[in-house]
Amino acid sequence: MIGLLTRDLTLAIRAGGGFGLSLAFFLIFTTLVPFGVGPQTAILSDIAPGILWLGALLACLLSLDRIFQLDWEDGTLDLVATSPVPLEGLAAMKALAHWITTGLPLVVISPALGVLLNLEPPAYPWLVASLALGTPALSAIGTFGAALTVGVKRGGLLVSLLVLPLYIPTLIFGALCVTRGAAGQDALTPLIMMGGITMGSLAILPFAAAAALRVNLR
Amino acid sequence: MASFWEYANPRKFMATSAFLLPWTAGIAALCLVTGLVWGFFFTPDDFRQGSTVKIIYVHVPSAIMAVNAWMMMLVASLIWVIRRHHVSALAAKAAAPVGLVFTVIALATGALWGQPMWGTWWEWDPRLTSFLILFLFYLGYIALWEAIDNPDSAADLTAVLCLVGSVFAIISRYALVFWNQGLHQGATLSLDAEQNIADVFWYPLVIALAGFGFLFLALVLYRTQTEIRARRLKALIAQERMA
Repeated sequence: MIGLLTRDLTLAIRAGGGFGLSLAFFLIFTTLVPFGVGPQTAILSDIAPGILWLGALLACLLSLDRIFQLDWEDGTLDLVATSPVPLEGLAAMKALAHWITTGLPLVVISPALGVLLNLEPPAYPWLVASLALGTPALSAIGTFGAALTVGVKRGGLLVSLLVLPLYIPTLIFGALCVTRGAAGQDALTPLIMMGGITMGSLAILPFAAAAALRVNLR
Repeated sequence: MASFWEYANPRKFMATSAFLLPWTAGIAALCLVTGLVWGFFFTPDDFRQGSTVKIIYVHVPSAIMAVNAWMMMLVASLIWVIRRHHVSALAAKAAAPVGLVFTVIALATGALWGQPMWGTWWEWDPRLTSFLILFLFYLGYIALWEAIDNPDSAADLTAVLCLVGSVFAIISRYALVFWNQGLHQGATLSLDAEQNIADVFWYPLVIALAGFGFLFLALVLYRTQTEIRARRLKALIAQERMA
């Protein structure tokens, strides 16, 4: 299982487009926002928590089709399925690799983008904490969505339709945490709620993803 | 003693549903006409809301059935996952568009009522938003059915989606309450209340509720029959090609 993880990470680094692309997307998304809503810093700092969370969520979404698609096409997935490694483990490792290549860089870069959007100073620790706690859930949910649609040709849009509604609770609590942090209110409660969603997703969704993979590999 | 599971046999299901269909459709038509005509024309206007209150006879039943349709799909999906009865999977598939339409009716009538009463077509209220999310779940479920060619794989994957989606739909419902204070009133109808609303409004509403329930039943039976026939047709065509 560790081998699977290192393989995915190595592929992401050597084949290019692993770490960089979603970060670049996050950056350009954040850059586009002031063009859309105007450069007034008051408005920007009001909407910054939601925009940063939305950007992270969309950046996660865009990289979902990479999770299983290549392995499905070249037959790696069949090999892993016949190996002693359980598919649940594979799904968990894929989610972890997706998080390391997509979620973690987003967490690291988010304060810098917060500066661009004039985020209130007290919100920064909450932004980093909520993204660090929430992006694993995004990766786990996304892995499930990717597993559902791995057999569908041109499934990119379908994945968005399936996965985005599942992202709603995470987004609500994540953005709420940062908003409350910016306003100096109690930000811990939404953070804890989101932690609960993350833990639940990590516990249940690898099994659902493995069930979907088994159906698709039949 | 006949088992409930014998209806998993498509032939038995077709025979029983062919018998039930005219009855459910008839009762639905009767209840809908009685409930709606009574509700629309023979109930007094509300003290404050005027005649707009009459939207309740469409709005509340369709909203209730929109949620119940998803529940029915959840149960049917579970039966398919556990016992692999094809009729069950097809019933879940057949119910989805019906539930989708009920969701749209609930949203549209709510907007029509909200405009004069709240002064807005749409408000990001937990109840309204959760219905919008339910609408998105229906869309995703139907899109997944359409996207996969192999019918068994499609049934399996949509069943998994329905199970996971249900969990997340419930979480979303509670997250939304946390997220925004509502404008929508609380539940008007509950089973343990002594009297929910004044009797003049209550009787036509109950009849309309029954009408929407039977309408859902009739539509699902009919659509499931169609799905079974389509499946049989596909099998016949495949047989002819083989011969």
